[in-house]
Amino acid sequence: MTAGLTPSQTVGPFLAIGLPWLDGPFVVPEGTPGAVEITGRLVDGAGVPVPDGMIETWQADPDGRFTHPDDPRGAPEPAGTPFRGFGRCMTGPDGGYRIVTLRPGPLPSPDGGTEAPHLDVSVFARGLLARVVTRIYFSDEPEANESDPVLASIPEAGRSATLIAQADPERAGVFRFDIHLQGERETVFFDV
Amino acid sequence: MTTQTPSVPGFALPSYERPRGLHPPLDSPGYRSTELRAPRRPLVALPHRLTEITGPLLGEERVTPADADLTTQHAGEPLGERIIVTGRLLDGGGRPVPGTLIEVWQANAAGRYAHPVDNHPAPLDPNFSGAGRCMTDSEGRYRFVTIKPGAYPWRNHPNAWRPAHIHFSMLGRAFPQRLVTQMYFPGDPLFSQDPIFNSIPDPKARERLIARFDLGLTQPDWALGFEWDIVLRGPAATAIERAEDHR
Repeated sequence: MTAGLTPSQTVGPFLAIGLPWLDGPFVVPEGTPGAVEITGRLVDGAGVPVPDGMIETWQADPDGRFTHPDDPRGAPEPAGTPFRGFGRCMTGPDGGYRIVTLRPGPLPSPDGGTEAPHLDVSVFARGLLARVVTRIYFSDEPEANESDPVLASIPEAGRSATLIAQADPERAGVFRFDIHLQGERETVFFDV
Repeated sequence: MTTQTPSVPGFALPSYERPRGLHPPLDSPGYRSTELRAPRRPLVALPHRLTEITGPLLGEERVTPADADLTTQHAGEPLGERIIVTGRLLDGGGRPVPGTLIEVWQANAAGRYAHPVDNHPAPLDPNFSGAGRCMTDSEGRYRFVTIKPGAYPWRNHPNAWRPAHIHFSMLGRAFPQRLVTQMYFPGDPLFSQDPIFNSIPDPKARERLIARFDLGLTQPDWALGFEWDIVLRGPAATAIERAEDHR
């Protein structure tokens, strides 16, 4: 352990006092051309919705670029539409959340491979003493997902399916991604 | 959808130190809410690639200076001990983390949160909402003015009380630096029975969540001063450099 780092504590049950942003769920403004909605529920080990959680997302833009000094490829071209890359949504009474965003592009990996389009996700809730981290991939990118190094690294066969948001067959541009903190369908969580 | 393979040759990225044994185990039975919420399967190691070495760098426009004073958000002043809480946001290499958002929330002086789920029979304070935010400055400094929160009972175990605390949320400048924690006050008699504070395995790491009273920060006839530094994960190389320094 590195000396001096600050340890985590739970957000507790009252996170809604301090953390909601009015525009939190909107990585891009609603109605932005090409926007998609990622929606789902956060549920506990008994299958009960978690109504006091928070979902955060972080992702590349549609060209696979980040507005960040540590991206070695430099700054992306100025976008026509505001794109924050970051989303934050409190879960509702039914454990539900939604994020409105643009689909991220694929990313070059330092080892020469390519990461499939994905979002990094942090989950916070009462009962979680530290955030848990997962990833969202897209069901309509089967080839990219097949060669993704992170999906390939998941040891137990079948569990990578918990990271794939499913396209809603009835609503174009809507993807369903439920997060199971425990149980038979426990989502894969990462040590980041 | 089209998925074109970007044609970028191999390149090097920074990575962040991975503290072992720092954070509380997710499965901490003393804190009962972990029972159905803590994942049971082992976490999968995620190497730091582009999504992990970047993070949201939000602009100052999201925050006004008034957001950092929790005592002036209403017509009157809140009840309780007025306090100043200030310190620096640093990384594991001792470098400041500038220009990042810190958000705080807390109970009022009576130990009651302005939240519909809190049914502790202590009074609400119409002059206190208990939420604040600020951006760290170029040296990583932050400063809040607020009132000292009260202790409050909860139902984790018989006669359970939370030590007085302020919730702190830090975005950091890259995904691995994201941290939510709680700041405590020195000398609190409730530490020994609190399973959340004691879920941190290393007693020395627990102590790092306790602010230091500082008479120098205390403003005469106005407010008590507390100092609390927050240290986020730094680039992995710093751990190596430091180990070499200490040889």
